Amino acid sequence: MKLKVTRRQAIVAGLASVGGVALGPKGLPPTYGSLLRMADNVTYVAHRALLPQQALVKEYSEKDITSFPAIGTTDPGIVGRIDAAGYRRMQRDMFADWRLSVGGLVAKPQAFSLADLKRLPSRTQITRHTCEEGWSAIAKWTGVPLGAILEAAGILPEARYVLSHSYDDFANSIDLLDAFHPQTILAYGMNGRDLPVQHGAPLRLRVERQLGYKGLKYLHRLVVTSEFDDGGTKGDLANGWSWYTGI
Amino acid sequence: MARHPVWVRVSHWITTASVATLAYTGVVILMAHPRLYWGDAGNDLTPALIELPISRNYKHGGFDEPVRFFENRAAPVSASRTYDIFNRNGWARSLHFLAAWCLVVPGVIYVVIGIVGGHFRRRFWSGYGPVQGATYAFVVFVATPAIVFTGLTMSPALTAAFPILLRVFGGHQSARTIHFFAFLALSLFVVGHVVMVVRSGVRQQLRAMTIGE
Repeated sequence: MKLKVTRRQAIVAGLASVGGVALGPKGLPPTYGSLLRMADNVTYVAHRALLPQQALVKEYSEKDITSFPAIGTTDPGIVGRIDAAGYRRMQRDMFADWRLSVGGLVAKPQAFSLADLKRLPSRTQITRHTCEEGWSAIAKWTGVPLGAILEAAGILPEARYVLSHSYDDFANSIDLLDAFHPQTILAYGMNGRDLPVQHGAPLRLRVERQLGYKGLKYLHRLVVTSEFDDGGTKGDLANGWSWYTGI
Repeated sequence: MARHPVWVRVSHWITTASVATLAYTGVVILMAHPRLYWGDAGNDLTPALIELPISRNYKHGGFDEPVRFFENRAAPVSASRTYDIFNRNGWARSLHFLAAWCLVVPGVIYVVIGIVGGHFRRRFWSGYGPVQGATYAFVVFVATPAIVFTGLTMSPALTAAFPILLRVFGGHQSARTIHFFAFLALSLFVVGHVVMVVRSGVRQQLRAMTIGE
């Protein structure tokens, strides 16, 4: 049988598929009726459908390392910040009392100390940080692949997103394709030293296939979720930013 | 000259809307960091190729004392910015990409029909005067592809999938700089185009590009 598609059918099918993406079926970030959020979802779906998911970002050499501005929170220990005294105390003790808690949809919720993380197999990568403002910088990051932590905690089958909470009271989430990407790491080292306070000590996320602001600094809690959750009022969407920023 | 076919008229106005949106939101995005660089990376702590005098806010407050990453004197530094995130351009980025989809999808259809149907060959090559034909060919085959591909080169997910983009344009910041100059070239074209339309009769040209008479 010859398959015949009229122009009208083609247009209707095209609009329906774009509409389906834009209106947000289950598994996509909410749009809250915003045209801009719908457009973000079209980009997200297109990237996930069209791009090879295991492709690695370019890794540079030592001589390519550049100066690196620290923006946003550059010291959670400044008076007036959330629990500034607590952060100062941890900093004085070289973050010996700091813990990264991993919970939500995992079989074994647990807390990792900095020493625990440093004992796990590490990854070092020299990558480009691309800021949404337009600038970029290259640095060497050392840390534990996020995928290894999720596997150690026993991620459950219904898990879809990983939500991070930071010590300076921000939140951010990524899907499992980015969470298990080989270059998505929990970095405790920068340019061969411990991660400096201004860049997120003791631990920050690196999501190399997205813009810089997805790499949350000052991590203290990871939550694995089945439904979309970017941290509510602390997250990207509530603050007017795209959730997916591979572009 | 023959009348404009309907696909040319439709894509003309889709392009008009998306280019206007792209230009406006592009300038909003640029104003958060109006410095241009050459190479892979560039920021407030590295020398700029050009600093555009279009926005003051990126400098207010400045940076704390820089700290060297390594021991040698020429080592790259880190410094903390002394003011909170000031820009609110998330909407401009999302709208820029929405308009980009509206440029690229109909644009690809337009170029395919134009090549396959012989429209470009008939009009750009011999239909218009040599300057006008060459200008349209430059816009369709050089400036627009350049601005689209340098735009894609600024996407970390796209350059992970297609690292050749970084090689072709000489790095992320080079692509951003070329993107800006392609924007200037296309803006010049739009100004010239509108002047020509006005001089050759607005009413008649608008009728030709809408109802096709």
